[in-house]
Amino acid sequence: MDSNTVIAVASIVTAGLTIGIGSAGPALGEGRAVATALTSVAQQPDSSSTITRTLFVGLAMIESLAIYCFVVSMILIFANPFWNHVIAQAGGK
Amino acid sequence: MNLTSDQVIFWQHGFLKLNETIVTTWVMMIVMAFGAKLITHALVIEGAASRWQASLEIVVTTLEQQLEDVGLSETGKYLPFLGTLFLFVAMCSLCIVIPGYKPPTGSLSTTAALALCVFVAVPLFGIREQGLGSYLKTYTQPTLIMLPFNIVSELSRTLALAVRLFGNMMSGVMIVGILLTITPFIFPIVMTALGLLTGMVQAYIFTILAAVYIAAATAVPKPKLQPQAVPEPKH
Repeated sequence: MDSNTVIAVASIVTAGLTIGIGSAGPALGEGRAVATALTSVAQQPDSSSTITRTLFVGLAMIESLAIYCFVVSMILIFANPFWNHVIAQAGGK
Repeated sequence: MNLTSDQVIFWQHGFLKLNETIVTTWVMMIVMAFGAKLITHALVIEGAASRWQASLEIVVTTLEQQLEDVGLSETGKYLPFLGTLFLFVAMCSLCIVIPGYKPPTGSLSTTAALALCVFVAVPLFGIREQGLGSYLKTYTQPTLIMLPFNIVSELSRTLALAVRLFGNMMSGVMIVGILLTITPFIFPIVMTALGLLTGMVQAYIFTILAAVYIAAATAVPKPKLQPQAVPEPKH
């Protein structure tokens, strides 16, 4: 395997692992947050607007972790700096 | 496939580049500014208001209500800034129904600029409300040890604001693009509808988070309560 192949394989596998593992944790967290918020709304329907607003803000915070992983995997696939370097070197020869 | 609309360059002269992001942003800005001018040039207080005026009033009053709920009591001071952020991000994500349009918020440079606006505005509002010394003192709350953590949190939340918006908008465009090559018939429409929803949620989140940061920075610290005498237990 030359360095081209190594970089390609590593990038693709890492991109898959990144989004796979990186979305599992936030998914669990969001599930817990929504479940707790629903319980709270069921117990105190009067304060549902406050709970919903806080829930949305919290969900966005949690979700941003998954989004970071998504951005990293997208960079690995579509804008990989190492891959671009190898391509540029191959073009130079 | 292009990751962002930055890579589509229309015109280039040395250092200066005119890419799709800039063009779309300017078109959006012109449309929004002239639209607002057109709607607001004939406002009526009594009698039948036009549909456009009614819809704008809904937007403004809802924003005011939300800002009040977050804890910004004098909404008039903050509504111009936060409302502009909300309207820009919301319009950018609403327009994805137009074919061939790529949201400028799907580029990291746009979202970084928006987040930097928040990063600069928060201390400015804080200093205006509390004064310089009092504002700087909030960085050493609760103890002096927390000073580096407070500064790091200021920086990291700016990064989080930028990357969150960028990731959400970029992922919407990217998913539709990938689906077009796999199942080009119905699914892209469904995902576009989902993108409309996430776009509005992100606009809301961006504004609310900025409002929360400003509310935290402008909150005047309360004087410490005097320890009250504990009543003697009766026997």
